[in-house]
Amino acid sequence: MSAATVSATRHTKKKFSLPVSKIPAVVAIGVFILMFLYGQFAYGKFFRLGTVSTLLNDNAYLFIMAVGMTIPILTGGIDLSVGAVVALSSVVGGSLAVAGVPWYLCALIMVLVGSVFGLLSGTLIRYFDMQPFIATLATMYLGQGLAGMISTDPIQLLDGNAGGLRNFNYTFTLYDGRKANDLDVSVALLIAIVVVIFAYWVMHRTRSGRTIYAMGAPSKQSADLMGLPTGRSLQLIYLLSGTFSGIASVVYVAGVGKAQNVMGQGWELNAITCAVIGGTIITGGSGYVLGTVVGTLVYTTMNLIITRDGRVPSTWMTIITGIVLLLFVVIQRLIIVGAERRTRTATLASAQTVDPSAAQTDVSAGAGAGTGTGANSGTGTSRPGAAQATQRE
Amino acid sequence: MAETKPIVDMEGITITFPGVKALDGVSFKMYPGEVHSLMGENGAGKSTLIKALTGVYTIDDGSIKVGGVEQRFAGTGDAERAGISTVYQEVNLATNLSIGENLMLGHEKRNKLGIDWKASHEVAHEALEQVGLGYLDTHALLSSISIAMQQLVAIARASVVKAKVLILDEPTSSLDENEVQRLFDIIRKLKSEGVAILFVSHFLDQVYEISDRMTVLRNGKFVGEYLVKDTPREQTISLMIGKSMESLSDLEGGVKQTLDEYKNHKPVLEVTQIGRRGEIQPVDLTIRPGEILGFAGLLGSGRTELARLLFGADKPDTGTYKLEGNTLTVSSPYIALKNGVAYSTEDRRDEGILSELSVRENMILALQAIRGWAHPISRKEQEEICATYIKALSIKTPSTETPIKSLSGGNQQKVLLARWLATSPKVLILDEPTRGIDIGAKSEIQETIVQLARQGKAIVFISSELSEVVRISSRVLILKDRKKVAEVENTPDFTQGNIVKIIAQGGVNENVK
Repeated sequence: MSAATVSATRHTKKKFSLPVSKIPAVVAIGVFILMFLYGQFAYGKFFRLGTVSTLLNDNAYLFIMAVGMTIPILTGGIDLSVGAVVALSSVVGGSLAVAGVPWYLCALIMVLVGSVFGLLSGTLIRYFDMQPFIATLATMYLGQGLAGMISTDPIQLLDGNAGGLRNFNYTFTLYDGRKANDLDVSVALLIAIVVVIFAYWVMHRTRSGRTIYAMGAPSKQSADLMGLPTGRSLQLIYLLSGTFSGIASVVYVAGVGKAQNVMGQGWELNAITCAVIGGTIITGGSGYVLGTVVGTLVYTTMNLIITRDGRVPSTWMTIITGIVLLLFVVIQRLIIVGAERRTRTATLASAQTVDPSAAQTDVSAGAGAGTGTGANSGTGTSRPGAAQATQRE
Repeated sequence: MAETKPIVDMEGITITFPGVKALDGVSFKMYPGEVHSLMGENGAGKSTLIKALTGVYTIDDGSIKVGGVEQRFAGTGDAERAGISTVYQEVNLATNLSIGENLMLGHEKRNKLGIDWKASHEVAHEALEQVGLGYLDTHALLSSISIAMQQLVAIARASVVKAKVLILDEPTSSLDENEVQRLFDIIRKLKSEGVAILFVSHFLDQVYEISDRMTVLRNGKFVGEYLVKDTPREQTISLMIGKSMESLSDLEGGVKQTLDEYKNHKPVLEVTQIGRRGEIQPVDLTIRPGEILGFAGLLGSGRTELARLLFGADKPDTGTYKLEGNTLTVSSPYIALKNGVAYSTEDRRDEGILSELSVRENMILALQAIRGWAHPISRKEQEEICATYIKALSIKTPSTETPIKSLSGGNQQKVLLARWLATSPKVLILDEPTRGIDIGAKSEIQETIVQLARQGKAIVFISSELSEVVRISSRVLILKDRKKVAEVENTPDFTQGNIVKIIAQGGVNENVK
């Protein structure tokens, strides 16, 4: 009877409140909507299929990279090499394309460059017990250096064989609106969608994904002590983020039609920004692939607004990005601290109520009077505690 | 039972750490459907043996057979696959995930599309039901339930992974008596299902209540295997310590140490109406030099919260704070420390030791902090401080440069005590200084505390073991529901029964019997 009451109170509590870890993402959705409303009222032409299409198609690469970045961050790690991987992968692919290698093979090699770099980072972290920050910093420099050695000039991919890579930018017009208000979907965007679905599936529907979440637990050795394959998962994490940045490179090169060794500089930071805005906690353990998608939407919409405004000098862009990021982090902290306080009060309250009877058992056991109270009374006494906890909130 | 084959058969296990032979040719056998206790003082090699069995450490010599099959564990995963599951003293689950997710980690039910969450949560629910926690919502975050519940969830996980051997390493140290009984019910149930259970606890009563067989270790060596029902407690203790029964008479004997000297002194610390919303209601207290003020109360009664206010680790909302007659705003631990108030935390592992640093570095930490970085303590002085306290507190360590993590719990606690003593505090707050350490080291620490009081220190002594509070305190401050309910003189006829009575009567919860 008492057990039923407990679960009943828990259920009602659950219905009204969102899990703490999902709140930041929901806040981000709200901000995204507000931004669009602001854009519509301030500049007009925001709620248009054309605007949305451009926003998504042009930023397909960023969605892929941000989702890739989310995975190492979930374990409390980071992958700083993703921008450098884009650079290296682009010049490798570009050079091969100019040399006459079929475009699909170029694309495959570009992705593999990312995978190889991811594997390298993962190996350094797993077998040499390096901090992810340092290991990927090293692979970042390696990537940048190699890219510079191959070519420092922009490689134009205009037409003929070299232009084949641009196939990834082929755009389907799903709805032909008036005044160029079309709903367009590029191959790049489709790839991004597939990547997001794949990442979601890995993280939520595979045991490897669950291991990755467990590795982000506040107590870092927990996953190990539960007998989970943490070493293998570490490799998988960086293999994924590396491969994703290889894919992002293909998509971006296809979009701009050129490859260069300075491409992708600082993109790792943009990817981190998107993940953080989307509610991923940088110390790990909490965050979602879909949250990062929302975070990327917020980030790209913000850029769009600044570009549309035109009055804001482009140099301000980074400052505004910084302020927005800061705001999101502050909001997250406030929410989390608040939630922690609530849970703590609740746990304390229930602990207290259970205790007094415990002391009595203690005495009776000490006097050799046997061990009267069993599991049943434990459940019974926890009931007022749970009720109290709910009232407190 | 003699005919059944052992499920775990460890022979001649030897593990050597730099400078120490942690285990030396130890044999250990466990049988299905039996609760086996591993007994020994701190540093006897209990933890090392467990870690050998769970694959955390690789053995240097000897053999491990599980179910008759020779095993060489390279990691915890290997041990788990062999059917060995462990619940540690500190709950080692992922608090960022839900209860159900934790139970099923690595064993989620799958269908064609990957993990089938509905089926997984059903299995999780069944596992919880088996340990009598069926009413928990498997979707709730693990961090939303108490530590005690988390521990039971960790045990429920053993049934999900179909463990043949369940290792419980000090599972009761954070549980109250009621929760312990619940745990024991679960242990008995698992035992009847044929699971071999290794139960490690420093509570002798609990060992005698639940175990069938025990193996005693001393200084990394195998002393013997005994049937619990045939071995009197005194004999067990003397086997563990390696001393005769006579020399044990003053250990844990319940000899009450009350000090009267303090009554002649002026209070060193006087606080009035100090409190913090949601954590502890306003409290008055005074403490004099040479006095041990015990804080008694149950888990969550506000003992630690009050101590944290006294040390400035949390800021009080109300009240005044007077140290030696001067009003002070203790807004940070630094200010408290600077003025001679030291606080040794309850959580030795996370808030106490810096596990990677050496004994010396751990010991001088607080002193260096109050001197400031501009005045580094010379190496010579550091060595002197270490030598003094290693001798005074008889700390067992291979050298001053040994990482503190390789010391036993009791010795780590002594190093922490030395850390605070090095700052020459006037008021020393000790929160659970004897938690998780064995009888020998415990009575040594109690003895040290009494000595310190004799030397004129004012001591706040917090412990969840009421017997201990009664044994050494001069006065006892009793807390309940984050409120001070009484303050009593510890007269010779005062017992822990009195404390329990006060707590039981002082409360408001009528429905608790």
